[in-house]
This record gives sequence, C-alpha cells and structure tokens, in this order.
Amino acid sequence: MNGPHDLGGQMGFGPVAPEKDEPYFHAEWEKRALGITLSCGAFGAWNIDESRHARENIPPADYLAASYYEIWIRGIDKLLERHGFATRAELLSGHAQQAGAVPKRVLKAEMVPGVLAKGGPCDRPAKTAPLFAVGETVKTKNFNPVTHTRLPRYARARTGMVEAVQGAFVFPDDNAHGRGENPQWLYTIVFDGEEIWGEGADPTLTVSIDAWESYLEPA
Amino acid sequence: MRDHDDEHDHSHACGHDHDNHYSDMQARVKALETLLTEKGLIDPAAIDAIVETYETKVGPRNGAHVVARAWSDPDFTDWLKRDATAAISSLGYTGRQGEHMRAVFNTAETHNLVVCTLCSCYPWSVLGLPPVWYKAPAYRSRAVIDPRGVLAEFGLTLPEDKKIRVWDSTAELRYLVIPERPEGTEGMDEQTLAGLVSRDAMIGTAVARKPESAT
Repeated sequence: MNGPHDLGGQMGFGPVAPEKDEPYFHAEWEKRALGITLSCGAFGAWNIDESRHARENIPPADYLAASYYEIWIRGIDKLLERHGFATRAELLSGHAQQAGAVPKRVLKAEMVPGVLAKGGPCDRPAKTAPLFAVGETVKTKNFNPVTHTRLPRYARARTGMVEAVQGAFVFPDDNAHGRGENPQWLYTIVFDGEEIWGEGADPTLTVSIDAWESYLEPA
Repeated sequence: MRDHDDEHDHSHACGHDHDNHYSDMQARVKALETLLTEKGLIDPAAIDAIVETYETKVGPRNGAHVVARAWSDPDFTDWLKRDATAAISSLGYTGRQGEHMRAVFNTAETHNLVVCTLCSCYPWSVLGLPPVWYKAPAYRSRAVIDPRGVLAEFGLTLPEDKKIRVWDSTAELRYLVIPERPEGTEGMDEQTLAGLVSRDAMIGTAVARKPESAT
C-alpha cells in the first residue's frame, strides 16, 4: 500500500541526526515494547508480513509523528485485537476482563535464547524454474495495491537489470493477508540512479531492491 | 557491547525522533504488559531475557569480527561472497533478522550503503538493534536519492568519482557492508582489526578507522 512507511525519495524530513554513543534504548518503555512485540510474535497467530502491514496502516500523520517503538506498539494493539487476544476495552483499561484467544505458545524466559538464535527463515522450496536470468533487463510493474507490498513506489515502472537470483521466498503480498506463503523467486534488481530519479540524479549512483518475481516483467 | 562511532564529530540540530510522548508511552506500554501478563500471554521474565540479549550479547562487535575475519582470511572472504549466511553462522552469529545474509564489499571504485526505505530491516544478528537514525524518516527517505548528502551528514565525503551503490532491504535478505581494509594494518591480528570497524562502517555511513599510528 502507498502508506506513510514507503519513504524512499520523499523530501522534507531534514538532516539525518546521528547521536554520538547512542544507547540501545532511550527509555525503559522501549525495552518493554521490544520484548512485548517479540513475545506476542511467538504466539504464532500472525507473521512478519501481517505485522508490517499493521504498522504501515497507521494514519500518515500519526506514523510520521511516532517514534519507532511507538509504531510497534500501535501495530501490536491492532494485531492483539484482530486475533482475539484482547478487546479494545482491555487494551484501554490495561486489565484482563474476559478470556480470549489461546496462542500456540507463550514465550517463557528459558525459551528466549533458542528462539532468538533460530529466527524465522523465509526461504522455501520453489515449484517452478525462475522466469528471469542474471544479466537480463526487466521492468518493474506499475501497481498501487491497497494491500501490503514490498515493491517501493520509487521503484515501480522502472527498468533495471537482474543482478542475482536469490532463491524462492515467502511472498509477503499474500502472506500479510492470510492468503498463504505462496513462495516466489526473489531477484536483486539494480537500477541506475537516473532511471529512478531522472534529471539531476547522482551519475555515480545505482540502487538495488530485492523483488519478487510477480513484481517483474520482461523489458 | 556498546559501539563507539567516534569518527562522528559533528554537531546537529536537536529534536531527535525518539523523544516523543515519553510519559504517555511509559503508561501505555506498562498497561499493555500488565494486561498481557494477567492473561497469561506473556512472561515478563522473557522480556527481561530479550532485552538482556540485545543489550549485552548481540551487537556490532559480532559484525566487526566477521569483517576482521574477512580481511585476514581469503578463504573466508570467498565463502562470504558465495554464501554469507553460512560463513557468518560458522562464527556463531545466527538468528532473528540474520536468517538470510549477504555481504557486500567496498572497493576502490565502489562504496556500499544499506537502507530499508519501507520499515527498518537491519541485520540484528551481526549488528544488534538499529540506531534511531536508521529507523527515522530522514535516513530512510534520503539514502536512496541523495546518499552523498546523507554521508556528508555523517562526516564522510567520498571522492567525486567513487560510485555509490545503495542496497534497499526490501525483502528478508540482510546486508553487511565489508569496508575496505585500511592501510597500515599489515600483520595486525583479528581482534585489533575488529577494533577499527564501527557499526556505521558496516552500514556504509562510515569507513573503517585507520590505525592510530597511521593517522
């Protein structure tokens, strides 16, 4: 979706503000927000793509005014309610009022090292041969779905080159919406800066994205 | 395992993105943790364990070790180029947000820079949790359109003829920049070499430090 998250090439946000010796967390609540988000992810009720979509659906003015962990908390609230783990009233009150959905698992402290070390690999066996080959010129499609996609706006309807075939991966556009993992081939596509940004582009710039097969067509 | 990016010696306007709504968020997150604990859905001790992991165990020194090994061992470099996930795993760095790794190598001709314009994808297993600026709109919006301007804000000015390659992490591949090995480091052991590699050098917003004797 063309949400506030799709930031590539937007202007007006001012300079980057690196912070000398930045701490990992700037407030105690940020630590809890990280831990709550990862713990709820372990329920097995939603996947990373649905989680990303919940965040990108935050209204633009709110999204852009929020710190990153605040965006996470807004996303978690939505997912907990959608999947029946908490009601709106419970989320507002901060206390349990009724039984809710039962998760596949509850993350206990002793499980944490194993779960973090394992992660959640997203590569899957492919059922077809890749449609495109390294070195081939391709064009990204022009589409504007209201649903989740990982093809950024700046890279739509652009001509680039297949630099690598990365294997087959879960297709986020389907997986975010409960339509299954439907793995597709994933390609690294490289574009000249001028193809994307046109007049005035840095002549030394190339930008690449990792694009699923259905984002692409022969040039 | 804190990272010290001491090549950053510049001032900037204040107004960080992270200082919004502190007190509101403190209350909101506390309420959420209380609710989920009452419902038996989370274990507060698990949250402690997660935080401890990312504060003390998983950080940029993991990545610096990978870089130092790459600088020291041509076979390891070849392995990183062929299959970064396996090569990095061999050093014990695996897991969340590092399931699928790719190493990209700076050369005399090309400088690499990593961003996620769509969220904040970042190689947690080798760099730990990302800094605020990496997740903030200013970086995510401009890294792809004005990387030289962004690098200048980090105090890094590249030669005009140096090519810039930006990697937008739009899928589940996580990128690790392998900076160029500085001159004057011949014969250094891995641990000393790793000390020259900052977190920012592995994102591409800095280069590796020269050894002190050479500066």
